[in-house]
Amino acid sequence: MVEAIRFRDDDTHEEPAVSLEAFLDQSNATAVRIEPGEDARLLIPLLDRLALIDVSFPAFGDGRGYSSAQILREAGYKGELRASGDVLVDQVAYMRRCGFDAFAPDAAIDTKVMEEALGRYDEVYQGTTDNRAPIWKLRHG
Amino acid sequence: MYQYDKYDQQMVDTRVAEFRDQVERRLAGELTEDQFKPLRLMNGLYLQLHAYMLRVAIPYGTLNGKQMRMLGHIARKYDRDYGHFTTRQNIQYNWIKLEDAPDILADLASVEMHAIQTSGNCIRNISSDQYAGAAADEIADPRPWAEILRQWSSFHPEFSYLPRKFKIAVIASDEDRAAMRLHDIGIQLVHKDGELGAKFFVGGGMGRTPMIAPEIRDFVPADELISYAEACLRVYNRYGRRDNKYKARIKILVHELGKEEYTRQVEEEFAHMKTLGLNPPVEELARISEYFADPAFDTNASDDLDLSDPDFNLWVDQNTEKHKQAGYAIAVISLKPTSGIPGDASSAQIDLMADLAEQYSFDELRVTHSQNIVLPHVKKSDLYTLWQKLDEAGLAPANLDLITDSIACPGLDYCSLANARSIPLAQKISERFADLGRQRELGELKLKISGCINACGHHHAGHIGILGVDRKGTENYQLLLGGSAAEDTSLAKITGPGFDEDGVIDAIETVTDLYLKERQEDERFIDTYRRVGMAAFKEAIYG
Repeated sequence: MVEAIRFRDDDTHEEPAVSLEAFLDQSNATAVRIEPGEDARLLIPLLDRLALIDVSFPAFGDGRGYSSAQILREAGYKGELRASGDVLVDQVAYMRRCGFDAFAPDAAIDTKVMEEALGRYDEVYQGTTDNRAPIWKLRHG
Repeated sequence: MYQYDKYDQQMVDTRVAEFRDQVERRLAGELTEDQFKPLRLMNGLYLQLHAYMLRVAIPYGTLNGKQMRMLGHIARKYDRDYGHFTTRQNIQYNWIKLEDAPDILADLASVEMHAIQTSGNCIRNISSDQYAGAAADEIADPRPWAEILRQWSSFHPEFSYLPRKFKIAVIASDEDRAAMRLHDIGIQLVHKDGELGAKFFVGGGMGRTPMIAPEIRDFVPADELISYAEACLRVYNRYGRRDNKYKARIKILVHELGKEEYTRQVEEEFAHMKTLGLNPPVEELARISEYFADPAFDTNASDDLDLSDPDFNLWVDQNTEKHKQAGYAIAVISLKPTSGIPGDASSAQIDLMADLAEQYSFDELRVTHSQNIVLPHVKKSDLYTLWQKLDEAGLAPANLDLITDSIACPGLDYCSLANARSIPLAQKISERFADLGRQRELGELKLKISGCINACGHHHAGHIGILGVDRKGTENYQLLLGGSAAEDTSLAKITGPGFDEDGVIDAIETVTDLYLKERQEDERFIDTYRRVGMAAFKEAIYG
């Protein structure tokens, strides 16, 4: 098992994530796992109950999870948002911009390469849920 | 034209450093080819049949002399002394070494250029009208809007792993010179109640399943442009098909959902997006627009032209277009000489075009989607000298929009996807129809050649289209008629069984002969075809 990477100060959530279908059926789960084809918006009325949302990336080229993450953060979700599966070091920076704050990659990520990638771009061109000020805002105050 | 500020420059410089690091990791074996592929693709680097191909972005097809000269330098230093201008208003180099790629990107960054997102399943280089800022019929310059979109789409974290590539075009006149409705998103600037805004068409494209984009919104205000585009993209990213790469473009989603349902979903997303503060203020559009202000035209320039030199007269008639400023013309440099490779230019030709732009066109050039180069602002009194200099360098074929001004994809000579060669066919056709008098007699005739069904040569949109296929191991060419990429957008239809190389050229002669026989008054080929119908042409070809 490859060690997860977290950008959060709270303790790791221990309860295993259940499938979306199972979560919508039961009232006591606090962690859910969503697949690329599943609608993240179904979770919006239930975000208060959730401490962990695990967004699955079966293949790194399937970018649906980026939109799922943005939708959840736009809806105000503050808990752990974890990208798991085929997550590669060169995807982590964009995932961070979409609101992911934890990573459970199938294959180990070189943390030195990741740190370099995360620190590389000083500015960004567009607004996302990471709330960094886009370049147009820097230009116009 | 637009100039980078410190932020833009920092972004491209950082990209060079990032890609240098990724190439080093690839060369050191830390990245597999599978892992490296999406990274190199987002920097325009393809692995072709014989070598790497690098595609350099020319945003909305506009560049200055210094940038053009750098393109010549790259051709000389890193390639085989030529470059190939593409149907996406870009340039590509076919013989690049992986280890040179970071240095090339650094050279490009030194003149405010890059190869960011010129390939991969992301938002590609934004294209536009090649006559923007010069055309007499535009309501505004579309390029500031294209630049807003360029910045927004660059390094977009949510939309970098889309189901498939994504192309956006922006125009600002009723005449469509950019094949706008054959893009994933086509935007036409329009006025509504005195305000300038964007009309959105979504779901056009060529490829295996050509579609003309339907209009999905008649007006998006300037300060909501980005949130509307985000809404279009998010619906696509979430629901576009990923099970089959040939059904993954947004045109299939729009087609399968239906325009109404896709629009409904976009509007729902847009209502939400509008609340997120994603749109730059109108001051940003104003800031960018200042860079596209008119150059200092001589308002006393004369419209008189001495056309006593018959060859010059032909070139002026065929290759210049009406400029919005009296005393000026738009001059088109054809990269389609007889027996030439459509869109190719040598480093010496590229350098010369850079010089001529600086001398005669306020330091501006454009690349057209039909693979020619435009000098947008030439004083009429300079046209004769300009033409002489072009002619000496083999850059004055007077064939704009004629049958030999063909579009051709790289085809089997370079491309790993191709089934048939496109370039030699284009060359042979240019030889068969070399007589300029005959070409002019045939008039406007858009000939477009693709070497496989992916349609990079836009064969669906040709008045005459040719599609190369593989038939039991031999190259075979299907003939199509009746397409158009202009404001009267239509898709060409296949005439019938295919031909070998000489056979398809004979068939083209047959259909052009029939056109000459059937045409009424000043009908173009496409007009006659539409009036007469396919059956008569079929009959002429197949008997």
